[in-house]
Amino acid sequence: MKQILAALLAAMIGAVWAGGAVALDVRAAVLRVDYQTLLPISRYDLIPEDLGFAGASVGDSDNATTGSFLGHTYETRTVATDPDGAEAAMRSLLDEGIRLFVVLARSAELASLSDLAARQGALVINAQSPDVALRSDACRANLLHVAPSSYMLADAVAQFAIWKKWDRWFLVSGSNVEDTALADAYRRAARKFGARIVEERVFVDTGGSRRTDSGHVLVQRQLPTFMQGAREHDVVIAADGTDYFGRYLTYHLWTPRPVMGSAGLEPTSFHAAHEAWGATQFQTRFEELTGRYARPEDYNTWLALRVIGEGVTRANTVDPEELRAYALSDAFELAAFKGQKVTFRDWNGQLRQPVLLYDGSITVSVSPQDGFLHQFSPLDTLGLDRPETECTAFN
Amino acid sequence: MTQHTFSSLLAGLVVGVLTPFVAAAPALAGKAFVSNERGNTITVLDTETWEVLDEFFGGNRPRGITISPDGTKLYVCASDDNLVRVFDTTTYEELESLPSGPDPELFIIEPSGKRLYIANEDDNLVTVTDTETRTILAEVPVGVEPEGMGMSPDAKWVVNTSETTNMAHFISTEDYKIKHNVLVDQRPRYAQYTADGTRLFVSSEIGGTVSVMDIAEDGTPTLIKKIGFEVPGVLPEWLQPVGVKVTEDGSRVFVALGPANRVAVVDGETLEVLDYIIVGQRVWQLAFTPGEEYLLTTNGNSNDITIIDVASERAIKSVQVGQQPWGVVVTPDS
Repeated sequence: MKQILAALLAAMIGAVWAGGAVALDVRAAVLRVDYQTLLPISRYDLIPEDLGFAGASVGDSDNATTGSFLGHTYETRTVATDPDGAEAAMRSLLDEGIRLFVVLARSAELASLSDLAARQGALVINAQSPDVALRSDACRANLLHVAPSSYMLADAVAQFAIWKKWDRWFLVSGSNVEDTALADAYRRAARKFGARIVEERVFVDTGGSRRTDSGHVLVQRQLPTFMQGAREHDVVIAADGTDYFGRYLTYHLWTPRPVMGSAGLEPTSFHAAHEAWGATQFQTRFEELTGRYARPEDYNTWLALRVIGEGVTRANTVDPEELRAYALSDAFELAAFKGQKVTFRDWNGQLRQPVLLYDGSITVSVSPQDGFLHQFSPLDTLGLDRPETECTAFN
Repeated sequence: MTQHTFSSLLAGLVVGVLTPFVAAAPALAGKAFVSNERGNTITVLDTETWEVLDEFFGGNRPRGITISPDGTKLYVCASDDNLVRVFDTTTYEELESLPSGPDPELFIIEPSGKRLYIANEDDNLVTVTDTETRTILAEVPVGVEPEGMGMSPDAKWVVNTSETTNMAHFISTEDYKIKHNVLVDQRPRYAQYTADGTRLFVSSEIGGTVSVMDIAEDGTPTLIKKIGFEVPGVLPEWLQPVGVKVTEDGSRVFVALGPANRVAVVDGETLEVLDYIIVGQRVWQLAFTPGEEYLLTTNGNSNDITIIDVASERAIKSVQVGQQPWGVVVTPDS
């Protein structure tokens, strides 16, 4: 509120617009698809009602403040829908004339919503799905990704493990589709960076009591025996994309080893304890405006709106095609509290970005790690590189 | 605490006793004050011997630090206390605080010492505070995350940089209104005019550049160049310009390069980078000693300051200070 007021005030007191600027009204929407899910293992992971939308309000306010000096105004709608109503929700926003979307959805809905948007020349920015196909053979020209892919996240963990010389991995994955996809990402990361998966097991999801009373008693007996007798390993890599066993692993192993991946040391685009590189300012701004800690989805949504805002500020346009072209151009760069500029890969629309390694209370490390070099940018050591992607929509 | 009080007493005694006998020399040896962001302290150094004279509580999260033109008062942005703390530069006794608006980060004092212009990082404001009446004269709405504060030598302009909006905002000190906005590269941290006021340098930490603007007689800026940096063996991502200082004659521009652990030496005429001086880790802010004999750098990750000999453009010494040094200021010649 204070920020909006300040922005209004700035406009009122006749702040002089920077040279060459023209008045623009930027209309965007954040569309979130909510799914039926089981309760998370930890109460800390309960999904807040305003997930993503809170990040949108900070992003909108930041953009509006900048816009006030340029004659640009920002209005961002936030809409939540169930998967069945997703297309109708987007149609209605398209009917209102909105052509800039941030979408928080799983891959299936993200793909269909992107196609729907494409028919109206609208741009979609993915702020949630880590799905690799959408960055490769199933990529869409009008779909950009600020959310890191599961390959990027797995590579971030792998680089840290290699830097530590923990190259013998015990990979434990879940049995759901998302878990299997994540396990694939870790297998690929092991191959890419020279780790060896010395043992691999699948912890089958048979349903369970999760965090009900005395559930831990059962877990304490079951998990160690499941982990028993593995080949000598340095680290346990957990691939639990559906949050049903990973968090239990850390202290219920047979052989005491660090856990990384879906538990222990987790790769993430952001967390509420991150302070480096001016992030404290983002955290305090976010908490003051929303009354809670920021989630990765909030940061991603903020970042997506900042991509739009930066494009509008620098390229003086609200046209989705022109904003996309600017975002993919060499001129684009954005500060994102990650210690270096973030930019887009022009071969699949993925935002290059450092990945934080988070232990539940602090930033333990940030990948890419020292020594992982790349002819273009060390950030391209994370995720699909240009020669690997099967995306052709960006050619 | 007892120790600090004792040593400051001692310092007072020594000065008190010796001063009458060394009247021909400058009245006081110069002092440098360093704000330690994490340690919540101010470290005091002797600018001749480079000994640490004292360390005292400077408020919570002290960052921006400056001194009154007569050298008697030390001003500290106590960011987490939401005020400017004021200390006596001789006794280190805390005087009455100044209102600053929320989360003051960096500020600049006008040559008369009357008005202090403060960047309020969390609130997108520049607050103007009267140091005599201790009242807020104005609040100027600026871009997101205001930080850098520069002042034209004629004191007619204050330039604020906003880190997320990525602009240099030119505020008239007559009516506190923004007259010009110039877009620069990502995350602008610092603004520094040349002594003749014809040029302004704005560092962009994430953009990795220093924007150079020519300033017309009426104060109008024109962006003429962006200085880039390149050091063999250092990833370009780590070349992050923050603090900027220009010699009085304009011949040299020094730019602190953050995690590259170097200070760049730029030719003030050609705007070409001439050299890089290796200093401590994560170098942010810079300050000259009077007469520009030395340039001091705050190195936030190695908890020290580096002393650069300006004439030879070499680092000659580093001195351990408190936890995470942020800003530095040196007493003027008295």
